[in-house]
Amino acid sequence: MKTLYDKIWDAHIVHAESGKPALLYVDLHLIHEVTTPQAFDGLREKNRKVRRPDLTIGTLDHSIPTKNIFGKITDEFAAKQIEVFRKHCNKNNIKFFDIGADHQGIVHVFAPEMGLSQPGMTIVCGDSHTSTHGAFGALAFGIGTSEVEQVLATQCLQQTKSKNLLIRIGGKLGFGVTAKDLILHIIGIIGTDGANGFVIEYSGEAIENLTMEARMTVCNMSIEAGARAGLIAPDETTFEYLKEKFYAPKGENWENAMEYWKTLPSEKDAKFDKTIEINANEIAPYVSWGTTPAMVAPVDGNVPELSVAKIDGQSYERALNYMNLQPSQKIEEIEINRAFIGSCTNSRIEDLRIAAQIVKGYKVNSKVSAMVVPGSQTVKKQAESEGLAKIFTDAGFEWRESGCSMCVAMNGDFLLSGERCASTSNRNFEGRQGRGGQTHLASPATVAAAAICGHFTDVRDWKFKDNGLWFLVFGL
Amino acid sequence: MQAFKKHTGKTAAIFQPNIDTDQILPKQFLKRITKNGYGNFLFFDWRFDEQGNEKPDFVLNQPRFRDASILLAGKNFGSGSSREHAPWSLADFGFRVVIAPSFGEIFYNNCFKIGLLPIILEENLVAELVEKTEKIENYLLTVDLEKLLIFNEKNFSVRFATDEFRRECLLNGWDDIGLILKFEDKISEFELKRPLWTFFLNENKEQ
Repeated sequence: MKTLYDKIWDAHIVHAESGKPALLYVDLHLIHEVTTPQAFDGLREKNRKVRRPDLTIGTLDHSIPTKNIFGKITDEFAAKQIEVFRKHCNKNNIKFFDIGADHQGIVHVFAPEMGLSQPGMTIVCGDSHTSTHGAFGALAFGIGTSEVEQVLATQCLQQTKSKNLLIRIGGKLGFGVTAKDLILHIIGIIGTDGANGFVIEYSGEAIENLTMEARMTVCNMSIEAGARAGLIAPDETTFEYLKEKFYAPKGENWENAMEYWKTLPSEKDAKFDKTIEINANEIAPYVSWGTTPAMVAPVDGNVPELSVAKIDGQSYERALNYMNLQPSQKIEEIEINRAFIGSCTNSRIEDLRIAAQIVKGYKVNSKVSAMVVPGSQTVKKQAESEGLAKIFTDAGFEWRESGCSMCVAMNGDFLLSGERCASTSNRNFEGRQGRGGQTHLASPATVAAAAICGHFTDVRDWKFKDNGLWFLVFGL
Repeated sequence: MQAFKKHTGKTAAIFQPNIDTDQILPKQFLKRITKNGYGNFLFFDWRFDEQGNEKPDFVLNQPRFRDASILLAGKNFGSGSSREHAPWSLADFGFRVVIAPSFGEIFYNNCFKIGLLPIILEENLVAELVEKTEKIENYLLTVDLEKLLIFNEKNFSVRFATDEFRRECLLNGWDDIGLILKFEDKISEFELKRPLWTFFLNENKEQ
């Protein structure tokens, strides 16, 4: 009996021979400026064409500035990379969203919001967080530049099938606990290589109750546990989200697509190579204390002692030293001076709504410099029309243009050495947000609260000044 | 792609777990549009201080390891980002082989695509090689992909396993796009069977 992953896999085999990787068809190829220039060069050198420009779509997100976006780009390398990307897309007849364009945004934000990510599809991109699109029940994963070239030339990839891992999350997330906390909790348990060789399917009551945007947050960080991809079975929540989206099927096509999509979920007796059970009731808001996304602690807890940290001594010492923290230090006593709300993990409209509800009526702590970087121009406009942008700017947050910004910190937004940042992004590796910068991963709610207090605090105890709406904050 | 059959070279060890691609090749060098010239940026923050001076303690700055071509690393090497710039920088620095107990999956795939051989070896064996690398001046290993053997002329020999198809590609230096294009008819046939509701993005190609 087949899993969701088995079904998508089987439906995309162009050619298979025993002892060789299968040739897998790619339904959607997302591209951006950083991992494509060398691939287009490769095509040109061999005089090859883009096979399906009509299944390829691009955006500028990684290298672009998030303020004064129509001014001259002063970083000459970024300027060149952007110019080359435009040239390649135009020359090869590939649609892309330029800086400031209506649908421009982080590749993993704009594609779902336009209805491009659909159940049962295969989706690839030269970016490891492509796992995000698995939230729709699509097999989506990151590839390197050589593979980008392969897909451009052939619309196929040579792939070896991964194993099936089921992570079943029973129970309900408590008030103030979000999808981000759930995935940090999972990575904290299984480790950064806990899902190596696997495709994860997330299921269970807690997953079924998540919105599409929250599901994207969960699938997004599957790669941080080493998984090839993360998947969630399509259901009514998926269909409701997709309906009427720009690229979603319409009319009769919609009916036909729905009929197929409903056949996709894993069968009841489907065989998984491994199953992990998680209880959502036990999950607290999480904050990372170290330099991998597995080094996490509940916000009301402490930096763990080595004996309970579940990592080797060398990594533990190195992480504490880099982060300038002490064993047993209370998480709530960690003071920050930067706050970043953004990234393909947490920059969607629901993330901003949650953060804005926390922020409303407060001011950013005088020691903290805080910014919000919406995931796409669509999110930005929506947040402005809902009054969220004003809540942020009134509180003292900077309100930026859409892009990857300080998640990958290659566009001019970065931490200085010694700065400590509460961040809604996905990686707290050494130097990730800037050389010597110290990153603490957390949910949009926790980061927003930390920006106001100047240190981490438990949002489950947050005093909402806007009492009338507090119960809407977490959609509960 | 550069073929790989057999290589003999000096080893260097950075034996810590979870070395992510941000450490191997930091993001500020991802704005370049070429495949070459990343060797100087390999492990940049570990190799150079904030003024750009070499940190003498870092292994690849030590004279005896500067010309190493076989890297010994800890588990989950190359986790994180999909940037092929990470293997490009290792290859450009002069590495032909990386040996570790496990790898980040995308990084592992990327290495094969560029002729850099990643070898998965049990942790205790890697540890043994690390110890020899540190103790023995000019410790040399030979990696033979045809025989699937890692050996030292004196006292060490171990077999390794790798995916047969990838091994064949690497031994022959095959262009894998060329291999896929042999199945062009099958790809076209598959495309005809795709469901009607699938979309097409480019107005000029609307069907």
